[in-house]
Amino acid sequence: MAKRDKPLVRPLSPHLGIYRPQYTSMLSILHRITGVALSVGSLLLVYWLLAAASGPARYAESQEFFTSLWAQIAIAAWVFSFCYHFLNGIRHLVWDTGRGFDLKVARKSGYAVLIGALILTASLGYWFLIRAGGAT
Amino acid sequence: MSLRSPLGKVLGLGSAKSGASHWWSQRVTAVALALLGVWFIGSLVCLDSFEYGAVTAWMGGPVNATLLSLFVATLAYHSQLGVQVVIEDYVHGTLKTVSIVLSNFLHVVVGALGVVSVLRVAFGSVA
Repeated sequence: MAKRDKPLVRPLSPHLGIYRPQYTSMLSILHRITGVALSVGSLLLVYWLLAAASGPARYAESQEFFTSLWAQIAIAAWVFSFCYHFLNGIRHLVWDTGRGFDLKVARKSGYAVLIGALILTASLGYWFLIRAGGAT
Repeated sequence: MSLRSPLGKVLGLGSAKSGASHWWSQRVTAVALALLGVWFIGSLVCLDSFEYGAVTAWMGGPVNATLLSLFVATLAYHSQLGVQVVIEDYVHGTLKTVSIVLSNFLHVVVGALGVVSVLRVAFGSVA
């Protein structure tokens, strides 16, 4: 037999229940959450491309969907996820070169990424909302 | 001489030994997506409208079709790598293997759908 039939259940150290949320862990899990959100959102992106490839009638149907309130909210969430994951991703790549681990630097870069993502999202949202008259 | 015990070998304990290529692919696709992503968002910002004509005209140009296809394919790959790590963290046992295989299939299908759609518009066989 390759594995035990019944693994021994041993006590675990507490983790989520006892650790105070910190900017380090919160920004980190946000990177993962926005990543998963982007993966799910890419389904919408491909739906848009499919609709464009399926002729004007199908495309018009997809536009009805995309201009609905829920879709607009989903798109806004996707845009924020993209901006945050993009900026924090660059922060990660900088870490991969060995730089930026100094506590002060990490804190500053972390807040810069979060604020930058919010500003970018607001700008893009403003642009699309105003210019395209709410239709995306 | 290996320091692994025979029992350890049989139980599959120890290093998986094959994570480095995953790590590197994740980084390379990240850089590619950073560049392609800027292009993509920038292009959407510069679109006159999201009407059928404007969108297909943009998608159909040779450079745009190429970059858009690469964007979608790289997105699918980067997403697959990321989702795999998330599954590995939270799911265990046989369910983990099944989930990863399903995720891989889904990513390939979605990536292919995206690329084929772009190519369809680019090569002009839209109804």
